[in-house]
This record gives sequence, C-alpha cells and structure tokens, in this order.
Amino acid sequence: MKAHFRTNLVAAAALVAGTLFGAQAASAADDTIKVGILHSLSGTMAISETTLKDVMLMLIEQQNAKGGLLGKKLEAVVVDPASNWPLFAEKARELIAGQKVSAVFGCWTSVSRKSVLPVFEELNSVLFYLVQYEGEESQRNVFYTGAAPNQQAIPAVDYLRDVEGVKRWVLAGTDYVYPRTTNKVLETYLKDSGVPAEDIMINYTPFGHSDWQTIVAEIKKFGSAGKKTAVVSTINGDANVPFYKELANQGIKAQDIPVVAFSVGEEELAGIDTGPLVGHLAAWNYFMSVPAPENAEFIKSWQAFTKNAKRVSNDPMEAHYIGFNMWVKAVEKAGTVAPDAVIDALIGVAVPNLTGGYSAMMPNHHITKPVLIGEIQDNGQFDVVWKTSGLVPGDAWSDFLPDSKDLIADWRKPMSCGNFNVATGKCGGKGS
Amino acid sequence: MPFGITLRRIVLAVALAVVGASGVGAHADTLRARIDALATADFAAKEAIINELAAAGDAEAVPALTALGNGDLQVRKTDGKVIIAVRDGNSYKAIDPVSAADLGPVDRAALDKIRVNNNLRRVISAVVGSLTLRSKDPSVRRAAADAVFKSRDASALDVLDEAIAAETDNGIRRRMVLARAAAILQTNRPEPDRLAAIAVVAEHGNQDAKDLLSSVAASADGEVKRKATASIALIEQSLAMWSVGQNIWYGLSLGSVLLLAAIGLAITFGVMGVINMAHGEMVMIGAYVTFMVQEVIRTSAPALFDVSLLIALPLAFLTAGAVGVVIERGIIRWLYGRPLETLLATWGLSLVLQQAVRSIFGPTNREVGAPSWMSGAFELGGLTLTYGRVWIIVFAIAVFILLLVVLKRTAFGLQMRAVTQNRRMASSMGIRTTWVDALTFGLGSGVAGIAGVALSQIDNVSPNLGQSYIIDSFMVVVFGGVGNLWGTLVGALTLGVVNKFLEPYAGAVLGKILVLVFIILFIQKRPRGMFALKGRAVES
Repeated sequence: MKAHFRTNLVAAAALVAGTLFGAQAASAADDTIKVGILHSLSGTMAISETTLKDVMLMLIEQQNAKGGLLGKKLEAVVVDPASNWPLFAEKARELIAGQKVSAVFGCWTSVSRKSVLPVFEELNSVLFYLVQYEGEESQRNVFYTGAAPNQQAIPAVDYLRDVEGVKRWVLAGTDYVYPRTTNKVLETYLKDSGVPAEDIMINYTPFGHSDWQTIVAEIKKFGSAGKKTAVVSTINGDANVPFYKELANQGIKAQDIPVVAFSVGEEELAGIDTGPLVGHLAAWNYFMSVPAPENAEFIKSWQAFTKNAKRVSNDPMEAHYIGFNMWVKAVEKAGTVAPDAVIDALIGVAVPNLTGGYSAMMPNHHITKPVLIGEIQDNGQFDVVWKTSGLVPGDAWSDFLPDSKDLIADWRKPMSCGNFNVATGKCGGKGS
Repeated sequence: MPFGITLRRIVLAVALAVVGASGVGAHADTLRARIDALATADFAAKEAIINELAAAGDAEAVPALTALGNGDLQVRKTDGKVIIAVRDGNSYKAIDPVSAADLGPVDRAALDKIRVNNNLRRVISAVVGSLTLRSKDPSVRRAAADAVFKSRDASALDVLDEAIAAETDNGIRRRMVLARAAAILQTNRPEPDRLAAIAVVAEHGNQDAKDLLSSVAASADGEVKRKATASIALIEQSLAMWSVGQNIWYGLSLGSVLLLAAIGLAITFGVMGVINMAHGEMVMIGAYVTFMVQEVIRTSAPALFDVSLLIALPLAFLTAGAVGVVIERGIIRWLYGRPLETLLATWGLSLVLQQAVRSIFGPTNREVGAPSWMSGAFELGGLTLTYGRVWIIVFAIAVFILLLVVLKRTAFGLQMRAVTQNRRMASSMGIRTTWVDALTFGLGSGVAGIAGVALSQIDNVSPNLGQSYIIDSFMVVVFGGVGNLWGTLVGALTLGVVNKFLEPYAGAVLGKILVLVFIILFIQKRPRGMFALKGRAVES
C-alpha cells in the first residue's frame, strides 16, 4: 500500500517534472532530443496506459545513463490525452508542432491511433504504436511493434485445435473495432479449415459489461454438444475481471472449456484471484515468466524504477522496449533525428526482444516476433506451454479478409506503398 | 521335531519378511524413479509416465499426482530432487512425494515447478479418480466418481464395478453408476448394455449428460443412436423449462445489483432532489475501503479474511458518509435550487475523486478476494445458483428494508421527510434543516458506500468503478419514480428481469439499447415514473 503510494508520488512528480521541462525546453534548445509520450493518464484508458508512460520514462532514463543519443540527452515530453479520442489529435499536434519532439510513442485504442494518423502524416513525424491490434493498416509515419492478428490470434487458434483438440468455438468480444475485425479474420480462418458454421458462436458485449451470468451460461450450454469447446476472448480490459469471476463461480474449468484471451496479461490478472482460473490461456509475444537474461534484467530495473518489488511486466511493455530500442538504433544509423531519414533507417533494424531473440522491423512497418501461448497459474503469472519454432513476421493486411487479401505493404523505395494491390498492380485500395 | 518345525517356520518367516521388504523397496523405487523422471520429461513424456503409474494401479502415486496437477510438485534446484512444496504460513516446506516425510522448510526461489498443461490436468484427474475410487474418505470417492464420469475412461470399468459393489453411501453409488454408464458408452459392449447405460445417463438429465449423449449420438448407429437422440430431445425440453427459471434468477440478481447501486441515489436524488453525478464515486470509495480492509487483514490477521466484508461494511458506510457530508457542506448547499450548476459541480467532483483515487492507489485494478462463503455454486433442480449472487440479493433486500425502517420509523427519518416536503414549515417547527440536509446526503452517500462493498465482489475495483453504474442508477430511480423507495425496488428488479430475458434473444448490446428505448417511451407516457408521488409538495 505504502509502496504504491510512494510509486505514485514519484510518477506524479515525474509527470509534473516532465511537463515543466517540456514547457521550458521549447525555448531551451538543441542540446536535447525530445521524445513525446502520448498515453492517457486519466479517464477509462488510464488503467492500461499510465504504466506504459512509466515504462517510457524508465527507458529514456536508462538511455541517458548510457550517454544519451548522438551525444545529446533525451528528454521526455509527457502529455495527457485523457482517454478522449479527438484530444489525442490535438495533443499529438502540440507535441510535434509545439514541442518539436523527434518521435512519439503512444496510443492504445485503435480509435485513438486513427485520430492521430492525419496529424502525423501532415506534420511528417514518427509514431510508434506499441499495442497488439487488428491489423489492416500500414502508414508511412507509423511503426507497429505490437502483434498483428497473425502474430497472436491465429497461432492461438491453431494451438487450441491441434493440442487441445477443440472442435467448437465461441468467439466472445467487446463490441468495437479490434474484436470485430479479429473475429472476422478468425471466423474466415476457421471456416476455411473446415469448421461448420453451427460450431461457431459469436458474441459481443458492451464496454465495461459486468453481468456475465447469461453469457457464461450460454457458453456452458454451447459447450455441451458433445464436442470439445473453447472460448476465444477479445473481451476488453475492464470487462475481463467480472467475466473470469463468473466463469470461476459457475465452475467452468480450463480442463472443460478453456478460454484463450488476447487482451489479458499479467497487469489485468493483478486484480483477480487466479486460483480458480488455472489453465485458462493467453496468447502474447512475451510473458513475465519467460526465463531469458534480458527479461530478468528488464524486470529488475522496472521494479527498481517503480520502487515496487511486486510490480509485474507485460507484453505491451516489451513492445515499448523493442520500439524504443529500434528508434534509438535507427537514429544512430541515420545520424540524425530528421523524420524522413529515421523512417528509412528503421526498416531492417533488429534489436533484442525480451524472450531471448531478436526482432526486426520489416518493410511493412510491422516487426517479427515469436508467439507464445501461456496458461494462467495460481500466482497470477503465465506458464508458457507452447511457442512458435521461429519468429512470425507481422502481416499488415490479413490473408483471410476478402478486402485485404491482395494487399501488401512495402515502404522501401521504389514501391513506398502501404496498400499495394498485387492483383491490380496498383498502389491504393482499401484503408489508408 | 517340534523344534525343527519352529526353526523352519522362523526361517520361512524371515525369508518372507526379507522378500516382502525388498518387494516394497523395489516397488517404491520404481515409483520414485517414475516421479523423478517427470522432472525432465516434456508434456508427451509426462503423459506416458502418468499412464504407466495408472497402469500400475498404485494408490501410493496419488499424492504425487495430485500435487503435479496442482502445480505443487517441484524440483529442488540444489540437488535435483523432486518434492512436494506445501505452503506453511508465509514460507514453504518440502514433503517427500513417496513417503510423505517432512523434509523441512524450503525457499520458493530454489524450486523449479514441474509444468503441466490442460491436457495433463485432465489425464491426472482421470487417473487420480480411478485410483481413489476405493478411498476411505467419502468426499474423495465422490470426487473420484465425478472425475471418472468426466474422463469416461473405459479402463476404469473393473475398478468401478468393485467400487459400486462395496459402496455404502447411496449418493456416491449413484454417481459411480453414472460414471460406469459413461464409461460403458465408450466401449463396444453389446447393445442392451449400452442402451441401459443411456437410460442411466438420460435420467441424470443435466448439461453434462446432454454433452455425453451428443457425442454418443454422433459416433454410434442403429438403436443406440436412436435412443441417444431421443434422450437428448427430452433433456433439452426439460433444460428449456429450467432456463426460464434461470433467466428469472439472473434477472433478480442483476436487479439486486441495480438496486444496490441506485438505492443511495434514491435518497440524494430521489428524496433531496440533488442531481448527484458523483454518486458512482461514493460506490467506488466503498469498494476501495473493502480493498484496504482486506489488505490490512491479509498482512496482519489472515484468519479474519472470511469476515473481511462484514468489517468493511460499517467502515465503508462511515467513510463514504463522511465524504458525503463534506461534499454537502462544502459544495452542494450553495447550489440548492440550481439543478444545472449542481449537475456540473458534482460531475466535476466525480472526475476529481476518480483522479484522486488514481493518484493514491494507482490506475490498475485492485484485488478484492471473495470470502469462502461467497465462492462457488450449488444446484437447485436444474438451476445453478452461485453463492456470491445469492448473498448479494439477500444483502440488497436487507439494505432496502433497513433504509425503509430508517425513513419511516425513526425521528431522523421523520425530520428528513419533513424537510424535503416543506422546508419552511419544518424549519419553523425547530428542525435544523441545514443539518438534516447534510445528514441526509451523508446517509445516501453512506448507503452507496456499502453498495460498493458488495459490488467489489462482482466488478473491478478500479477508479472507473463508479462511472459504470451512474447511468444505470439514474435510470432505475427515474423509472421507479423519484422520491419513492418502493419505486426504486420495483424499478431495479423489473429492469433486471427485462434485461435478462432480452439478452439471450437480442444479445447484450442490443438488449441494453432496447431497455433504454423502453425507458424513454415509458417516461414519455409517465414522466414521474412508476410510483409517482402526489400532492402539493410535488407540484411546487
């Protein structure tokens, strides 16, 4: 308790300091390189994004301890878009045009990313988007270090089908763009692999849904048709705690109907007693329990930075770690922070990830990552039960959606196109 | 001669003893060797080892297997020995997996867990089930019978037959017979046997039975398939009937949550007429009080955990109530009669309170545990009732009755009603109206605080907790009729039941929209809600 309080004081102080410095530095000039952090620190998304702001502050502090970048100190400029989507665009503009930051790290929800896209395009700056998302996008100014559906959802479904022998599927999600797109991809994928339509149940719930009795009962009913059943959950953060509590209360065990989630990590589990949930699954590119030296070091410095020995790490944090290091390396390679040079230099950059390998930035501005499947343990951690044998390259345009299966993205010259249609041979198609 | 016989007997006895001992030793050694092999095996090899243990039919393997399934079977890094780690207060102690000997305390960090996955957990529970069917402990036998029913393991049939013959408890025997039927359906036994098994399973009549029969219907043919399909249809019919009851139950349960969330607002908004947008934050404060109480109990008195909610109730009431009084004295009393300003001020206040909690406790969810008497579920006919929900309904009704008594039967309640109905008259009767206002607002906030204690059991304890209930709360109070507690009760339960009957057909998203549309239409027709107050006080 006390520790948390202190942590937050520190965070608050850092925030105030960040804002003050930011304000000063506008005049203070060229001996620093400014990095924008665009994460909500208040409102509904603060629950997920505040932590990531802290991760960025830590990474910047570490880089400065190593001597900064191009001989200059890095300086964090923190703004609070307050979970308000139009405000994201305003704050992005403030960071780029007002504060003259060299790159921005931030956004969580897809709608916030879509809201800042035109700003980054217009002012020609660099955005790192560091959360798993639904794909179907590749933009010149944006680098995506979270998982695309083929780096999370599809391997998870493969695992359930091949290892758990699942034949009947519940696709449950919160009613917004990420679950809807992911479920569309999954539905096509399952049908293509021979699952009949009556063995797929799709269910959407509103944001923050808290009364799961009926839906859990329906899942139970759907699962009693003589075929092994699993739930693929794209339920958004806040609604997960009551969902898992209801599963536990109604006695649905992972051995009977496993739930694999794409938005539940160590941070989300911190609010639940995981005893009754042992064996339910999550698919990510990183788990805190992965035994790699880089990971041990990251956790150690993270817990020291937050002054909380129980603080957990999760997948979006790893995406920040990768994204930040990629940017640092690209700036070093380009020898400047000028956006055009950095954007070109970023492609092909490879940095260590936290699971004991390397991740590389590809021409479609997505990265290569391993995919891990973990089972929830009673201590709130995940045990990795399966891992892809190699790295999976992120696919900007899904092969399983009719609109996007002909599209590819390649930002290298001469193509320089985020949505090249291989069927028509022209740049441009659906999306941006 | 007698001497010779005795001598021979002694020799024989010694020889037997030696053979016996070495037999036990060799046996324990193979068991230990297999358990040790688990340490380095991958998932497939582990499954093979578990099946070997099962084939050996050795009940001594049960503790090790159970520990493996629970994730307690560990490898000690120092010497590579496989042990069972048991929590002992705040530390762990090591237990030998074969002899159950206590090997002393052990450091968790010096242990490597032997990992299992869902598939292995299934295999383990099936194996442990078939190994413990003859256990002396009836609850173990019951769990064993259920495990075999789930695993439908045909190789357990012989053990099952023995166990059924020896079983004295009727309830457990019924479960064993059911498990036997499930196992028989996996074999190629003659048709009459399998038809009899279907009859046994069909009689059981729940979703598990339907699941089993569906898989039989899919794989069998002829008479067996026909009978299974017919039984499924019967089970589905009875389940459909029960599902109406289940929906009513879900509706009442949702209604009780709505009632809890709204009942404080029924006082601050309903009785006092203050549009209190910070109502949800009072609920949140109650939930955080629960978290803090549990936190203190966890660190200093773990034995009290089961009563943590009871301790939290008065504290939540006092904390939220005190905050309520401060808000009334500090802000709201300056704004009486100016609803728009009140709305804006309390809305701003709710944001301030949220951010304050976020700064103090952090933005992430806090864990509030469920006491043991609120965990799990029980079956009543075809209904599955979860204890947590049952207690929340009981609690909501208790709070409602208590509040009704306070309003109708106490001096404070009388003064409160007097002040809200005619402030000037009450004032000239010697009632200190300003203090009644403050205390009324405090009461409403305090009640919201104890609602937070209950809601912490089913929802996130996060700074956003209150926000998700504020709209529902206003909906309930306006629908039920402003200023009437009975209206709030009926309104909450009606909305709960309507919502739950719509949900299976319309889906959760559309269901919620339909309820909102229904309320809008209802308010058009009856602007004062279901139970409208009448009289001069209302008209003015």
